[in-house]
Amino acid sequence: MSLQVIKAGFLSLIQDYGRYGYQHIGVTHSGPLDENAFLWANRLLGNHYNAPQIEVSYGAFSATFLEQTMIALCGADLSATLNEQAISPWQTYVVNAGDTISFKAPVTGLRSYLAVKDGFAVDPQLSSCATVVREKLGGLHQDGAKLSEGDVIPYASQPHDLVKHNLVKYDLVKRVPSQFTSTYPKKITLRFMPNVSETSAGERAIKAFMQNTYKVTPNIDRMGYRLSGKVIHTESSGIISQGISLGAIQVPKDGQPIVLMRDRQTMGGYPLLGCVCGLDMGKLAQSLPGTELSFVPISVEEAEAEWIVHKNFFGV
Amino acid sequence: MKKVNVIRLSENTFLILFEQNIDAENFSRIKQYVAKIKKEMANNLIDIIPSYASIHITFNLLAISGIDCKQQLEKLLASTDSDDNNLKPAATIEIPVYYGREVALDLPYLAETKQLSESEVVEIHSSKIYDVYAIGFAPGFAYLGNVDQRIAMARKETPRQKIARGSVGIADQQTAIYPSESPGGWQIVGRTPIQLIDYQRENLSELAAGDSVKFVPITLDEYLHLGGVLPDEAGANKATEHHSQGDD
Repeated sequence: MSLQVIKAGFLSLIQDYGRYGYQHIGVTHSGPLDENAFLWANRLLGNHYNAPQIEVSYGAFSATFLEQTMIALCGADLSATLNEQAISPWQTYVVNAGDTISFKAPVTGLRSYLAVKDGFAVDPQLSSCATVVREKLGGLHQDGAKLSEGDVIPYASQPHDLVKHNLVKYDLVKRVPSQFTSTYPKKITLRFMPNVSETSAGERAIKAFMQNTYKVTPNIDRMGYRLSGKVIHTESSGIISQGISLGAIQVPKDGQPIVLMRDRQTMGGYPLLGCVCGLDMGKLAQSLPGTELSFVPISVEEAEAEWIVHKNFFGV
Repeated sequence: MKKVNVIRLSENTFLILFEQNIDAENFSRIKQYVAKIKKEMANNLIDIIPSYASIHITFNLLAISGIDCKQQLEKLLASTDSDDNNLKPAATIEIPVYYGREVALDLPYLAETKQLSESEVVEIHSSKIYDVYAIGFAPGFAYLGNVDQRIAMARKETPRQKIARGSVGIADQQTAIYPSESPGGWQIVGRTPIQLIDYQRENLSELAAGDSVKFVPITLDEYLHLGGVLPDEAGANKATEHHSQGDD
């Protein structure tokens, strides 16, 4: 019961919900860059929220299912096909032994999530199988390696589960309601919680940041997204290194902001504008270079309320 | 004693911010607070990152609301300040270091710039007991301080693309050991055969924030005997620009 990788693509990674409880020794949280898409893929299949999936970034990935199962595809449209037939994201498909799924190139978004019924069976390392290449942690072989050609990734489900789930008899399709999906437009608004501490970039810097739009540069990875736009002047060029939150917006010396993502280093020493709202981080992660971003403030209480509803819905 | 501020950064994170200095008072207060928070808030805590002048906390928003968490933290900090300083002094962890030229890539340059002999630099670097202020940048990377002014030196203009595992470096008044091969801009003065991070080992990281560390000079024979390796001749350790988003 497994999936065999035919073409590994640029960056295809085993991801679960992330690795928590190890930041004090410098280990990052990792996990899916687009949490919304990841959680929907598991939910469509009735999986545990943490069930391991494959995060395919940019495309050029293909794999063959060695046994029948049900899959869910959520997130970016990377012009995916199943046996050469086009398939769309945000729904489930029954696949049979020998079927091949392929991802070509981004149409909308950058990261596509491929989940199988009950998840992939990958041994965790430090309580998670999230792959972090630079930390040599997680992944199929517990060494941080991204997926490569020939890798065989076992399903967690057993053959009799398929009968139990009636997959053999029914071609049941489940879809994410359209109001919860996204086609990742080229112009988006991100909500952020302004930083009002001593280590903030300062009120004037935050004001300037909100009055201008910023573009996603090609310099983006799982650690951080570098933006470009009007230079932001800060009162100090550096702060004493401190722990950094998901979505933290740093202003390095060149005045061009960086938003820190799931694989961010645990500490940083640049002044901060604030934190992008957790639920908006997936939108940023799916943004192609050139996407235009506007930032609007949100109160931490409002963000907190939305966050709790979201996590509860997905059973996190 | 200076007041500390509890700052909400995002839905599920707080920063406890101290006077923005690197000094002994901050260091001992942070050590105390961290111990107390870990003990009293274990059920609501996901992660804690102590640093020079702050403590970053990720709490479990599904177990406690932001408002309640802030109140709990503030109460805890106030009660900790009235506690006696009852933390046992940390045991000093000894780290063997080989300071030979094969591995101490910047020792000759640092000595020359500082108008010292190489053995004087080694003597100064290894005679002090350092505090572990923070762990970060990479798993197991410990920021130690403070380095004697006589051997303090700024980072290299152009970071090296590859620094060997175990390399001991200096950057301004900080010193650190690279736990794994990585890019970096610190002035390299030696190398330890000790493994600083090991995912198979129970304690994972050899060092924790709050520990005390002393470097012990060892000979080449001792270094090799402890499992140390020398760079191969084939021009490793080239200086080229690195493009990581990180900044050590």
